Amino acid sequence: MCGHYGCEDTRQTLSLHQNVLDKNDHYAEHNRSMFQHLLVLNILSSPGAGKTTLIQRILHDVDLISGADPLNRPQGTVQPGVIVGDLATDRDAERLRQTDQPVIQINTGNLCHLEAKSVGKAAQQLELDNLNLLIIENVGNLVCPAVYDLGEDLRIVLMSVTEGEDKPLKYPTMFKSAHVVVITKIDIADVVGFNLEEVLGYLRLIAPQALVFELSAMTGEGLTKFYAYLNQSLFQRVASTVV
Amino acid sequence: MQAALSVALDYAKAQGARQIHRLQLQIGELSGVDPDALAFAFDVVSNDTLADKAELELISVPVTCYCSSCQQTFQPLEWVYECPCCHRLSVDIRQGRMLELTSLEIS
Repeated sequence: MCGHYGCEDTRQTLSLHQNVLDKNDHYAEHNRSMFQHLLVLNILSSPGAGKTTLIQRILHDVDLISGADPLNRPQGTVQPGVIVGDLATDRDAERLRQTDQPVIQINTGNLCHLEAKSVGKAAQQLELDNLNLLIIENVGNLVCPAVYDLGEDLRIVLMSVTEGEDKPLKYPTMFKSAHVVVITKIDIADVVGFNLEEVLGYLRLIAPQALVFELSAMTGEGLTKFYAYLNQSLFQRVASTVV
Repeated sequence: MQAALSVALDYAKAQGARQIHRLQLQIGELSGVDPDALAFAFDVVSNDTLADKAELELISVPVTCYCSSCQQTFQPLEWVYECPCCHRLSVDIRQGRMLELTSLEIS
């Protein structure tokens, strides 16, 4: 009220139906057009499930992945780049740079997830024309990263054998968003009494859309199948974008 | 919540509003957003903005799936998206991921 007789607050209702994540989605679509010639992986998990170790192993094994076609067709070379997200430090990026492949670190500060805008900015620091595989290591968090499209092709959700079989039941939103679920640290499954059949059952119920792999980045167990999948995903995609 | 508030403030300012009285948000059950956490965050981030004294109305939108065998939609009761007719699991999610600012009441 402005205090004058006859003057009233005129309330009006604006009907908006506005997607709140529109801004992120807009940046994600922009990323997709930047990433057209790339296979882009968004690697998600709790802290400590083994994202960095698996990515390290992938970078180390690029020649293996290049030759991993089950039909032994000549495919070309895997040329990876990595974007890593952490709240603080560049320790993960430093670990990954030991393989001489390009790695960019994003420090999110207090933000518990990566967003499309910062991923797009980081990607501009990579020479994308020289790459065909972009691996994004998300912040360790099974909640918020599920909501944010980064412009990826494949969402790969990791869970380790030390996290408990019922993880998919507790984090359904994340697991329902996964194209691939990777069960990591399979080499110590027996030591911690991990029941693989139980978790596979839960994944079939909660995330029937997801392909599941079990592996150990440390010992190499299970990597052959996973690399064949990466090889097919990458070179099928390249074949489909060749004009 | 900051994203939602930022969208609301942009609209309000574009209309020349002096105050936001009410925000209505629709939150899909699969959006990854917890309504209580959102409400708490709203109290914090709306301080000293046009939405300072606004009422927040949160509407939960259930998940709707489509069963390709029965050719119909259904709303699953739990996290297992099983068709109530044929009991097949559905991966075709038609609704439930949204986070939408539905309406604003301003003056």
